[in-house]
Amino acid sequence: MLKRHLLAGLAALGLAATFATGALAAHDFKVVYIGKNTGNPYFDSINGGFVDACKQIGCQYEFVAPATAEATSQIPIIEAQIQRGVNVIAIAPNSPDAMNQVLDEARAKGILVLAVNGDLVGNESHRDANILPVDFTKTGPNQVELMGSLIGYKGDIAILSATTEAPDQNTWIAAMKKTLAEDPKYKDMKLVATVYGDDQPEKSTTEMEALLSNYPDLVGVIAPTTVGVAAAAQVVQQRGIADKVHVTGLGLPSEMRDFIKDGTVKAFQLWSPYNEGWLAAYFADGVLNGTIKNEVGTKFDVPNLGSITIGDKNVMNTQAELTTFNADNIDQFNF
Amino acid sequence: MNALRSILLRRETGIAVMIVLFVIAVGIAKPRFLSLEYLRIILLLTPLIMIGAMGQMLVLVARHVDLSIGSTQAFAAMVTAMMFKFHPEIPWYLGFLVSIGVGLGLGFVNGALTTLFRLPSIIVTLGTLNLYRGLTFIISDARQVDRQYIPSALKAMSTTSPILGIPWIIFMALGVALLTYWFASHTRVGRQVFALGSNPAAAPLRGIRVNAITLMVFSISGALAGLSGIMYASRWGFVNPSNTGAGFEFQVIAAVVIGGVSINGGVGSVLGVVLGVLLLGCVSAALPLLGIPGTAQSAIYGAVIIVALLIDRSVRQRGIAALAAQRARA
Repeated sequence: MLKRHLLAGLAALGLAATFATGALAAHDFKVVYIGKNTGNPYFDSINGGFVDACKQIGCQYEFVAPATAEATSQIPIIEAQIQRGVNVIAIAPNSPDAMNQVLDEARAKGILVLAVNGDLVGNESHRDANILPVDFTKTGPNQVELMGSLIGYKGDIAILSATTEAPDQNTWIAAMKKTLAEDPKYKDMKLVATVYGDDQPEKSTTEMEALLSNYPDLVGVIAPTTVGVAAAAQVVQQRGIADKVHVTGLGLPSEMRDFIKDGTVKAFQLWSPYNEGWLAAYFADGVLNGTIKNEVGTKFDVPNLGSITIGDKNVMNTQAELTTFNADNIDQFNF
Repeated sequence: MNALRSILLRRETGIAVMIVLFVIAVGIAKPRFLSLEYLRIILLLTPLIMIGAMGQMLVLVARHVDLSIGSTQAFAAMVTAMMFKFHPEIPWYLGFLVSIGVGLGLGFVNGALTTLFRLPSIIVTLGTLNLYRGLTFIISDARQVDRQYIPSALKAMSTTSPILGIPWIIFMALGVALLTYWFASHTRVGRQVFALGSNPAAAPLRGIRVNAITLMVFSISGALAGLSGIMYASRWGFVNPSNTGAGFEFQVIAAVVIGGVSINGGVGSVLGVVLGVLLLGCVSAALPLLGIPGTAQSAIYGAVIIVALLIDRSVRQRGIAALAAQRARA
């Protein structure tokens, strides 16, 4: 008799436990982040944010990326992830429109689609929300201001970019040109050339050498791409002209540390890619569990980041302004 | 007169003339191109390609091709860079042994697959191009090895030396070219490579051990690609699983073919290959200096390769015709 009660009790306990895990299971969703290409150190950092956030939340996370950053290279990966039955696809899109159809297919299956670290510009209806590190309209003006502060707001400057068609870089360069032209503070700074190093070290180096040869009065080079800024810094370091030509741009602390330490580069900027992964995972968790409404104007709290607001076109930013790295703070960053 | 004619008929003369004409043309538009500064820039563009090209020349002469050298470079560079990262106590110069050794091993695999299974080397090395690249991703966990882990002494080899401040890697490329010249022209085995390539069917009858020679040229090509791997780490200060060595095989094959090495085997000279490498170096350095927009550069680069081959071909055909006419008169 006693034994039977005990069994029933145990069964009830078991049942309760099942319910409890049932409630928890909502946090046990599968999320995949599809990077632009493998071997890109920038995405290691975003990946780290996802990994750590999923440890806290309890979600299952995986990172995949195609070998090359071509427009269509992510399509087969998205298809495979739909087959695998993931709940969330986060993606750094290699094309603003090539993936429209396959992303629609994913969303029709109830998968939450997030663009992380880049957007489907002009095709925003094919993803649910977009997570960007900063308001990208600030990148251009922030970079121009940093350059100006390094050269005393005076002299010839040039831009060394990634590929000619890179959408983010082109947006930033357009904003830099606008800032230089319209803000009287920068009237003595003259943009003499914009060249493209295709994010290859060799090409970026020859373009940088050509800039120095073609424009002997050059005092500054802005390279808004991690490969370009490291290559430009290496040229300046080897020529020993750091006091004459200032290099700045968008760089990774891990790649730029040596140049900051030896004074080749005084300062450069970026944001925290890590926080993008962190925010994306917490946002996905909130949306899937109904605690965050994916609507413009919604505010929600994320551990370590504080209050996040969903802006126009369902875009969220992890920080307000770019972070500037220099000799004083570079050792605090380990990405 | 005959001596002059034979110089003019040499393939190397045609390339040398093209280099001079190109340099003068660019120099007129941009006088800076004729400066010592630009000579240094051009020379710094060439060492990796030069070293890869010496191995590729031997492979092509033996009537094979090695498409895997870019991936071999990446794998060897990654193994070496990871050794620097996780075992910084190991002396940096041992990195050369590691990088060359790894490359040698991968090259040997190419040669073994080609000879053992009698497979066309273009297929074997197309396979290993992907295989070695994939292995590079696997061992590195798809992560780049950053600048801070590459020893400063190694990076310094690409910036200077006590000899007129000319970077060491330029001397190394020159040394490899001289060794290859000695090997190809002054050793029995070297000459056997040419004999094998010009007539593979007759080679065994002449006592040439075809399999051994084939294994050897692929091993040399792999070892040199391995050497170019640690030099990549020296030159650029990092090793990346997808960037390092990407497209290296095409740069090298273009330089070798412009340098007069026949893809049908049996024909080629070290001097021609050196000039081919220099011509491509001049073009790479000149395009940005001339302010040619990024979108047009790769098209122009490709067009230059084809034009170089066409000019060379027509010059040689005319030369051969003149020679034949002279012989007919005599």
